[in-house]
Amino acid sequence: MTKRTRRDVLVGGSAIAAASVVGFPAIAQGKKYDDGATDTTIKIGHSGPYSGNASAYGNIGRTIEATFKMVNDNGGINGRKIEFITYDDGYSPPKTVEMVRKLVEQDKVLFLFNTLGTPPNTAIHRYMNQKKVPQLFVATGASKWGQPKEFPWTMGWQPDYVTEGAIYAKHILATVKEPKIGILMQNDDYGKDYYNGFIQGLGDKKNLIAQLATYEVTDPTVDSQMIQLKNTGANVFFNITTPKFAAQAIKKAAEIDWKPAHYLNNVSSSFGSVFRPAGIPASQGVMLALYRKDANDAQFASAPDVVAFKAFMAKYMASFDIKDDTHNYGYSVTHTLIEVLKKCGDELTRDNVMKQSASLKGYEAPLLLPGIKINTSATDFYPLQSVQMARVKGESFEMFGEILSSESA
Amino acid sequence: MEQLLQQVASGLANGAIYALLALALVMIFVSTNHINFAQGEMAMFSAFVCWQLLNWGYPFWVALPATMLFSFIIGVLIERIILRPLHTAPLLSVVVVFIGLLAIFHSLAGAIWTHTVKPFPSPFPNFTFAGSGIIGPHQIGMIVVAVGMLALLFCFFRFTPLGLAMRAAALNATSARLVGINVDWMLALGWGLAATVGSVAGVLVAPVVYLEPNMMAGILLYGFAGALVGGISSPGGAVAGGFIVGVLENMVAYLGNMLERATGFYLIGNGEKLTVALIIVITVLTLKPSGLFGRVTVKRV
Amino acid sequence: MATTMTTETPANGGAAAETVPLSGLRRPVSKWIWLGVIFAALLPLIGGQTGLISNFYFLQLSLMIVYSIAVLGLNLLIGFNGQISLGHGAFFAVGAYVTAILIDRYEMHYLATLPPAMFVCFVIGYLFGRPALRLEGHYLALATFALAIAVPQFLKYRHFEPFTHGVQGINIFKPDPPFGMPLSPDQWLYLVVLACAIVMFIVARNIVQSRMGRAMMAIRDQPLAADTMGINSARTKSITFGISALYVGLAGALHAIIFEFVSPDSFRFELSIAILVGAVIGGIATLSGAVIGGFFVQFIEKYADALTKWVTSTVHLPIHLEPWTIYGIVLIVLMYTMPMGIAGGLASLWRKIRPPG
Repeated sequence: MTKRTRRDVLVGGSAIAAASVVGFPAIAQGKKYDDGATDTTIKIGHSGPYSGNASAYGNIGRTIEATFKMVNDNGGINGRKIEFITYDDGYSPPKTVEMVRKLVEQDKVLFLFNTLGTPPNTAIHRYMNQKKVPQLFVATGASKWGQPKEFPWTMGWQPDYVTEGAIYAKHILATVKEPKIGILMQNDDYGKDYYNGFIQGLGDKKNLIAQLATYEVTDPTVDSQMIQLKNTGANVFFNITTPKFAAQAIKKAAEIDWKPAHYLNNVSSSFGSVFRPAGIPASQGVMLALYRKDANDAQFASAPDVVAFKAFMAKYMASFDIKDDTHNYGYSVTHTLIEVLKKCGDELTRDNVMKQSASLKGYEAPLLLPGIKINTSATDFYPLQSVQMARVKGESFEMFGEILSSESA
Repeated sequence: MEQLLQQVASGLANGAIYALLALALVMIFVSTNHINFAQGEMAMFSAFVCWQLLNWGYPFWVALPATMLFSFIIGVLIERIILRPLHTAPLLSVVVVFIGLLAIFHSLAGAIWTHTVKPFPSPFPNFTFAGSGIIGPHQIGMIVVAVGMLALLFCFFRFTPLGLAMRAAALNATSARLVGINVDWMLALGWGLAATVGSVAGVLVAPVVYLEPNMMAGILLYGFAGALVGGISSPGGAVAGGFIVGVLENMVAYLGNMLERATGFYLIGNGEKLTVALIIVITVLTLKPSGLFGRVTVKRV
Repeated sequence: MATTMTTETPANGGAAAETVPLSGLRRPVSKWIWLGVIFAALLPLIGGQTGLISNFYFLQLSLMIVYSIAVLGLNLLIGFNGQISLGHGAFFAVGAYVTAILIDRYEMHYLATLPPAMFVCFVIGYLFGRPALRLEGHYLALATFALAIAVPQFLKYRHFEPFTHGVQGINIFKPDPPFGMPLSPDQWLYLVVLACAIVMFIVARNIVQSRMGRAMMAIRDQPLAADTMGINSARTKSITFGISALYVGLAGALHAIIFEFVSPDSFRFELSIAILVGAVIGGIATLSGAVIGGFFVQFIEKYADALTKWVTSTVHLPIHLEPWTIYGIVLIVLMYTMPMGIAGGLASLWRKIRPPG
């Protein structure tokens, strides 16, 4: 066993060589294990931004940790306790590589789960696939996580940004008369993905875009960009921003009396950190594509999964703000993983983890909107592909139209 | 034309933020010759304290003075406990201590109040007026407070015995000691005052950029630039410098944008506005090394 | 103790604080250092083949050496020349990108990309230094600070995108050891990095002992006197800035090869601060301080999170702490106990306990 590991590590540089070495799971009484799994535990690795400028997303890791604590308190999964190891990578790609190598080579986790951010995940993408360690349900909506042929060990979870961007574009073309579009975009990988999807959705009508204004995460405000956009005379606003800037943009649009048809990306679909800070009156009518319930929305108050989530928050994360949507996300994605691990049974190999992840059929994870289900297959590595258009009405989302699915897979 | 006005107004409003922070930086610089890199995080921490008081149900006009008092005490304590023993330490060691303070304040705020973005109420009444499409009431409020704060400090340093004593201690510690001024305490008071000014900056910034531990990360650079443009030793210059940086940055983006629209060629835009603004600032500084409003000091050999 | 504080120029005070006596630098390199270097070079044989040292540890050691080179570069500037820079992460990024672009777009051999990376950084450093060095103290701090902010933005600049791939970053491949050597890529890279470091440290030592080095230190300690003695201080300062940038650029290039990936997010402002903190904590104006600084950046700063967790669980603190709390406290405590950095602190400790004679 130790010999295998050493040779395995040795060939880390070349994918072809690695292929011949991996895959001698220990076999004991019909049970199969790879590194990180035993009769009593499953070791799962994670890295996320607990410090640095994306630290608002650190709450996802904390929620995952708390969810596993709840699972362990209730007896674990198939009798095994989850050992969740999470490190701070500060949203810095090199640091992610280092932490992930530590997880895989030193801590010997069975797989990685929900590592956060497009640049950090890009930095470890090839490594994970050379090592043949699952990089499961990553916390980014880039479209590149669903390529089972080239990257069979990587899988996303949430609806991808490209698809979502295209859905908005099509909605605009179908509903707005003579659209003239202003776009505010975070100048990074995530922003670009949305933008590219949006362009795809517009097809040959690219010239409808009046202006693309970008901002940096270090910018104090986006006021200047909003003024530019208003002055183009745009009547549609596509808002590709993270929560803090989304709130600023909504507020500023109201202040300068700009009232376009306002499309906001799903990344900022939070009353707690977007619409309430921006002001509820200013947020009225903002449209966005949803796939999860807002646990604080009155219309879902009696849904069993929302009740369970609230009980979880009260017991395991009492000092955190339930209105922060990142908890909602972390809880939902962790339950998807729990479902996978349940299905893995006693065969806790990396192969089987990927196989089970790629054979989810109609799974309704907690907090998904009614009618939205998780489907995967050996050729479909996009678990969530359906969204529901909604608009802000009062302090709640008003759903409209049908559930939209993409055919991109 | 309307856009130009709006951009200038929004630049002034952002400039007010930078000016307040720059003012706090200058306060510490004139008394100790240090640039406090932890100033932004201290202001952020003060804003959180104020938020907590508001959340407990205290009215704003109770919470703000309490926050200012708290910040003053923290400032004095930092000087007395942490910086005093480093009096003779090399400058770079003090810089590292500031970075340590920055890290501590930042992570304490995250640990106590989490990283969730929080709304913060504006202390100014929200009403519409003739020009409210150009500039909002909170923005006007910030500008007024920045200028008002400067006036107050000016009077304090010019006309009160304590203010005069503080200036004396900063200008010439030995002579000040000879006339009976307690120089050590003057430095601590300088820190306290700077922290107080910073806390006001934090409380005024929070409604605009929203409250979270990273709130001040970007703003510190602007404050720093503002303080230096105006001349790091002059409070008036710092305020003017803050406004200059704010407006300059918006103008760069605006002009780049106009150019692109007129010619179709993208030269500079929002992505480069900070960089270009800083290049302009630095160019000015190489031509006028003591800042726009700073006094030229003659080195004695 | 050879300590003088020049209060007239506070900005340079830190650098001037530890004045290295010129005679001290003439000491021959101790045989212990060479033994240590030989031991380090044999590590892949000793540790790697026996399995005592995993590839992950070789990665960490390589990174430590990379940061040492960067800290050394900054040290030449702030320690030996008395100038401050808050923006050396910018040169780290430039070095990394030059290497990545040459490998990605021009399919150059990775070792062949190191000289161009160093050259580009030297030129940028020199050109930046020329006007910026008219600025003193805090103004220079601002100018370099601006550089650190500007470079990641320029990497995303629209018209450079064909080269830099904008926000996406560039993927390159980690080299395999040549001639079928029985080493893992991590072990091989460790040797490459170590060899670079040895060369760069020897060069630094020679620079510091040369006419150039004496001019650098003269400018640091007595700027006016240096001018009067006919030292072209603007030129010396700019060249020092260029050399310093060259060192940091090499570190960046090696960093890019080790991680097989560069992106604007990899070189944020925090990196500049980390290098500066490493230099000061290690001890400026000493070459050994650079090694200690590299160790600090790699094992204390990067693992601030682990450190905090360890402290929290060992002391059984009732509250939960964030990653940077303990790190901040460590910085302050170190500066309290050893204001001259660890190298300076150890040296003065040695002077105290050394048997007389």
